[in-house]
Amino acid sequence: MVDFFNFSLYHAWLIPALPFLAFLLIAFGLRKEEKAAAATAILLTGSSFVLSLGIIGAVLARPELIEKPIVYSIRWFSMAGLSVEMGCLVDAVSAMMLFVVTLISTLVMIYSTGYMQGDEGFTRFFAYLSLFASSMLGLVIATNFLQLFVFWELVGLCSYLLIGYYYYKVSAREAAKKAFMTTRVGDFGLLVGIVMVQVFLGTMNFVELSEKMPQFAKEAPVLISAIGLLVFIGPIGKSGQFPLHVWLPDAMEGPSPVSALIHAATMVVAGVYLVARAFTLFAVAPEVQHFVAYLGGFTAFFAASIAVTQREMKRILAYSTVSQLGYMMMALGVGSLTASMFHLMTHAYFKALMFLAAGSALHALHGTADIFKMGGLYRKMPWTAAFMVIGAIAIAGIPPFAGFWSKDEILSVTKLHGFTGLYYLASITAFITAFYMFRMVFTAFFGKENAENHPHESPVSMLAPMGILAALSIVGGIVGAPFLDKGFGYWVRYGPYHVPEFHLDVAGTSVFLALAGITLAWLIYGVKKVSSDSLAQKAGILYTLSYNKYYIDELYQWINKVIVDGIGKVLYWVDIHIVDGVINGLASLTAFLSQRFRYLQTGQVQHYALVFFASIVLMLLISGILGTATAGIQSGGAAV
Amino acid sequence: MNISLEHFLAVGAMLFCIGLYGVLTKRNAVAVLMGIELMLNAVNINLVAFNRFVAPQDFIGQLFAIFVIVVAAAEVAVGLALVICVYRIRDSVHVDDLNLLKW
Repeated sequence: MVDFFNFSLYHAWLIPALPFLAFLLIAFGLRKEEKAAAATAILLTGSSFVLSLGIIGAVLARPELIEKPIVYSIRWFSMAGLSVEMGCLVDAVSAMMLFVVTLISTLVMIYSTGYMQGDEGFTRFFAYLSLFASSMLGLVIATNFLQLFVFWELVGLCSYLLIGYYYYKVSAREAAKKAFMTTRVGDFGLLVGIVMVQVFLGTMNFVELSEKMPQFAKEAPVLISAIGLLVFIGPIGKSGQFPLHVWLPDAMEGPSPVSALIHAATMVVAGVYLVARAFTLFAVAPEVQHFVAYLGGFTAFFAASIAVTQREMKRILAYSTVSQLGYMMMALGVGSLTASMFHLMTHAYFKALMFLAAGSALHALHGTADIFKMGGLYRKMPWTAAFMVIGAIAIAGIPPFAGFWSKDEILSVTKLHGFTGLYYLASITAFITAFYMFRMVFTAFFGKENAENHPHESPVSMLAPMGILAALSIVGGIVGAPFLDKGFGYWVRYGPYHVPEFHLDVAGTSVFLALAGITLAWLIYGVKKVSSDSLAQKAGILYTLSYNKYYIDELYQWINKVIVDGIGKVLYWVDIHIVDGVINGLASLTAFLSQRFRYLQTGQVQHYALVFFASIVLMLLISGILGTATAGIQSGGAAV
Repeated sequence: MNISLEHFLAVGAMLFCIGLYGVLTKRNAVAVLMGIELMLNAVNINLVAFNRFVAPQDFIGQLFAIFVIVVAAAEVAVGLALVICVYRIRDSVHVDDLNLLKW
């Protein structure tokens, strides 16, 4: 067994390579064979999952990896002052991420065999999923900023391909473009940051950077803050922080397995993972770190406030993802790597579960997404309803479900590190989270059935992955529970180990708020004691703002139409009139001068002789005036 | 009065200018050639004058003048041959008509 652990540790490059092999096989060989393609993808990704278990086993036997990760790499190219390498970096954080990504990828692939059955792009879907899995895994084990950026862009590409999977739908194509362009804005900031890291620090390798960072920060704090801010812009785009969150809700145009894998559990957490990997950079730039915290906290509240009024099931889940990503960023911002990574893990479990359950419901109802058009689904779809409820309880933060432990950890460290304002904001957000989640659950799965729907329970291929995730959502939080001696917080941390304490006041408050949210949702949407329409009317402007996503999309459209296009028009004018004007002006000047000069060429020898004579006279005059000293220069020879 | 160097040089200069005027303004190609002959003769006068007044013991000036006469004769022969060729083809020795090198 130990041999297997060591094998996985030193062959970690296999983990992204196997799904990539699956992609190649499916894309270039198995386009027509559906069963073979699915089997290839699931088997190879499953093997990656087994290898990631081996890595966890190896990491648990090596506590020294916490301080100093294992890095092995090959040199891609190098020149003076720049060395680019590709390799694997293994420590507890990457081991956890490998586990989560491979597990959820495999489960989603198994789910997709049921969900995508009958779709004519079945093999294309599995090819894209495999490519995505390999890209994300390559990102996780990246040893340096450049390798991470390469895979960062690759996962962005796969997201574009998968969101636009139903390419015949205009909305899907538009959503894919929107996702790519919005994350591109973030990627630009990240790229500038990476270049600055290379230029000023000389290396892009994470381990080398963590050694060089404290010294550099003492010498150039302003520069470090600038670099940190630029690098953080990438995660703002990829992890859907405000103001670049706008692509995530539209990304729901993709099939539900895609939403579960990419936009809940893996790709969107790439930004959080980047901040965690570059934690040394943020730790020495406290202003940037505080900005991360406040932005995360604001995003969490902002997205939750939008989710309260949304009507489409997947959109509610999408805004919920944005909100929970805000929690993770906030945890990193207040200085706790442990809390953020823990919440990343548990969120992957219950959010993927909820997306898969939503997919199950949508699949059964043939695309009706509006929860107010659903109702009482639990009667015909008991398993799906149960899984959705489990996921909702987990996200609300009710013990002993996984979400409680991770959310409690985040709230505790926020309060402990002195961010009291953020603590209150996060607590209110927790209340809102519980409320809108159970609003969705009560409206869609309970209550009166809609006569137009003919739901049926989903096949085992879809239920089994959900079952596994449900089990993890219930017990998966124990690894980080405070009463464990060497739990999650021992392995995934930055800095010295703090034995976790259980704060009854924080835990009690969060559970109370969650229960209050659930109760309020039950009152309004469960037994309908209070009318939701009258509440909406009383809220008035707040309701309108929330329902229309605070008009951020409209604002961006306006910016693009007026400002960007406006600048484009101005620059176009400059290009046509000034740049082209100079060139054309030179050409017409040349033509004009040549028109005038051609009259010198009369073809008559006497005119030419006159010119000779005049020139000689001129030269004699000049030499006469200037004196004999310069006569030598004028006659073009050595001075007499 | 004493005839000195300046007088001979003045004559040479005047002859040269008359010849130059002929080259620049005459419309008959043969007249242009005659102007060239005049300029060459003016140069001869200059050479011989300098020889006589500056270095009378040498004969280099006179020798150079004989060279110039020979070259002038050869050049006139060639020049007149060219003019005859042009006349045979163009039926004119009017220099204004010889402008094929015009723009």
